[in-house]
Amino acid sequence: MSIINPTRRGLLKTGAVAGAGMAMPLVFTGSAGAYMNEPSGGSVVLGFNVPQTGPYADEGADELRAYELAVEHLNGGGDGGMMNTFSSDALKGNGILGRKVEFVTGDTQTKSDAARASAKSMIEKDGAVMITGGSSSGVAIAVQGLCQDAGVIFMAGLTHSNDTTGKDKKANGFRHFFNGYMSGAALAPVLEKLYGSDRRAYHLTADYTWGWTQQESIAAATEGKGWETVNNVLTPLATTDFSSYVAPVLNSGADVLVLNHYGGNMVNSLTAAVQFGLRDKQVNGKNFEIVVPLYSRLMARGAGANVKGIFGSTNWHWSLTDEGSKAFVKSFGTKYGFPPSQAAHTVYCQTLLYADACERAGTHNPCGVAEALEGYKFSGLGNGDVEYRAEDHQCFKDVLVVKGKENPTSEFDLLEVVEVTPRSQVEYAVDHPMFAGGALGQCNAG
Amino acid sequence: MDIILLQLLNGLDKGSAYALIALGLTLIFGTLGVVNFAHGAIFMIGAFTAVTFSKILSFSFVTLDPTQKNFLGEPLEVKTAYIVHWFGESTGNGLIDWAVPLAILFSIPVMLFVGYAMERGLIKHFYHRPHADQILVTFGLAIVLQEIIKYFFGANPIQTPAPDMFRGSFDFGVLIGYAENAIIYPYWRLVYFVFAGLVIGGVFAFLRYTTFGMVVRAGMADRETVGLLGINIDKRFTIMFGIAAAVAGVAGVMYTPINSPNYHMGMDFLVLSFVVVVVGGMGSLPGAVLAGFLLGILESFASMNQVKVYFPGIDQIIIYLVAIIILLARPRGLMGRAGVMEE
Repeated sequence: MSIINPTRRGLLKTGAVAGAGMAMPLVFTGSAGAYMNEPSGGSVVLGFNVPQTGPYADEGADELRAYELAVEHLNGGGDGGMMNTFSSDALKGNGILGRKVEFVTGDTQTKSDAARASAKSMIEKDGAVMITGGSSSGVAIAVQGLCQDAGVIFMAGLTHSNDTTGKDKKANGFRHFFNGYMSGAALAPVLEKLYGSDRRAYHLTADYTWGWTQQESIAAATEGKGWETVNNVLTPLATTDFSSYVAPVLNSGADVLVLNHYGGNMVNSLTAAVQFGLRDKQVNGKNFEIVVPLYSRLMARGAGANVKGIFGSTNWHWSLTDEGSKAFVKSFGTKYGFPPSQAAHTVYCQTLLYADACERAGTHNPCGVAEALEGYKFSGLGNGDVEYRAEDHQCFKDVLVVKGKENPTSEFDLLEVVEVTPRSQVEYAVDHPMFAGGALGQCNAG
Repeated sequence: MDIILLQLLNGLDKGSAYALIALGLTLIFGTLGVVNFAHGAIFMIGAFTAVTFSKILSFSFVTLDPTQKNFLGEPLEVKTAYIVHWFGESTGNGLIDWAVPLAILFSIPVMLFVGYAMERGLIKHFYHRPHADQILVTFGLAIVLQEIIKYFFGANPIQTPAPDMFRGSFDFGVLIGYAENAIIYPYWRLVYFVFAGLVIGGVFAFLRYTTFGMVVRAGMADRETVGLLGINIDKRFTIMFGIAAAVAGVAGVMYTPINSPNYHMGMDFLVLSFVVVVVGGMGSLPGAVLAGFLLGILESFASMNQVKVYFPGIDQIIIYLVAIIILLARPRGLMGRAGVMEE
């Protein structure tokens, strides 16, 4: 008697199940090890997913430099950089858990779908055990979601939207960079001191998650100091000529223009505002002012002399004089010939923090790593005393208020630190309305 | 009313850029019959000739200043432009300040050469190929050119300011009885508008009042007959390609203070400029200019808050919407000639 009794219906069912199984991406099927991409040889692979093309390619290039420097230091090369000043002594310069650190890179193109595709490829084909990077919140949130589903850790790079650790937070995702709320909390008191409490602000806002949450944060913080928000105009991300958005500003009765723009958008909108002569005008009996809540040195270089005297906030700046910052600037500057950007700093920190968490947890298992990072307090990485809050995986640390330097001494000397706003002033409750919705969920080990 | 006047003015400079690019596109299509998708890249290269010229003027030598420190704590490298060293602070810095207008003189020979090399090196091999082939090869060329520019200049926009004397804006509102600051327009954008008018007028005058222009117009109307008269029309058309490149190039040079140049700016203008050419009428030079200004102004109106409240996102599609309406009502475009691309 044959044990095989094929029927048409049975064949169809078997075919359908087999077809579905083959069509399902490896990323959703788990791995042969105890967790996704468990390293088995003498090396461990990290995935650096940054914009190598597109509008944030310069930020991406600086991030890649910092990643390569971090890998060099983790493997015992170079001068060790901030490993020498980091409060943890778990890192020994022998890779991570004794395995040599290797890396693969992907190009996000500052597009969510391209970023997810490159992250997926690094996880499935290259065996990356951790993904890190980003210079756009939309991209970071998209990749964070993918990493959660795939079962790897995501160490976010430059992402400033409240949503990254707000409504879109994930158990496998961690952010070292500050956010829109923190920018508002740090900037508003300085702006009040400088420009008074009787001001009318006009916001131009990039029309995506980062712009929306930053605008909401800055408007709330300045209104708390007595300012009035007279208008908020959303500008498409692809806009290059902002003249039609800038032209009506003076006629609106506003005496402050807040540019919730980043990268090329900020360079072009600020250029248009300066061309229209806004900074030379008097409105309501006061000098017209411009504010750029999120600054970067790379952006400031693009905007040239237009940034002189304009206030904003930043996560870190190379001119800080603490031992960690000095060590990083020396290490990066010696290798590349120029100082690092805030994007470079945050991704270098994230790589070290991941490696340190693996060492302390004794595993690359995402759940073990997440547990080691949650509530972790550290210092020596350039931002004073820092804590990775367990409830939302957001780092809390001091924030810098900066302004465009009036008399720069070199092409790098574009911003000056006006105030180091203490961490206590930028902290908020986990259930703050701007961060409401969503849940961390459970860590996923693949 | 003041808002309408404001946006009307705003549309002029963008319309000027569209008109200048579309003029070059039409010249190339009208003479060589080539649909040149690399024309936006030529505009971008023009902008980067201004950046390059500005960098040449600012070429510096370095001295060490031990009293100041750099980011590594070493003596600061102080850069002094050769031009300042040779001609003194006032003249040297004045020349650097006027880098953009002066770059026009630098860009014209460069762009003529770029246009000539592009036509002889690549595009002439596609004269007798279908338009689809021409579009593919010129689009590919545009991508190659923008990647080359990105390699040398980076991805971020590069600030290339106008001379200091053109900083600020002119208050039109006060002239016509409105309140202060109600209708303002930057001086440099006025300069750009006037400049565009001069270039467009110059091209029309060149084609109308010179023997060369007369032969080119005759060739555009009937290439075979002009050839039978013993005139080397191909050579003249190649020169026209160079002139079209120079027009786009100087348009790019003067646009740099309006929008800081980046490697992608050509693509930003290219598609819209093609729409301008089609709306104006394929092969019609006055049509290209008219449609350029018309669509530039319409785009400016569409970005008004008062309009976007009722039609969100209208500023992104207005040009295409108007193009559809015009082409439905008048398939040859506003001033298109019969028989062009109708076979």
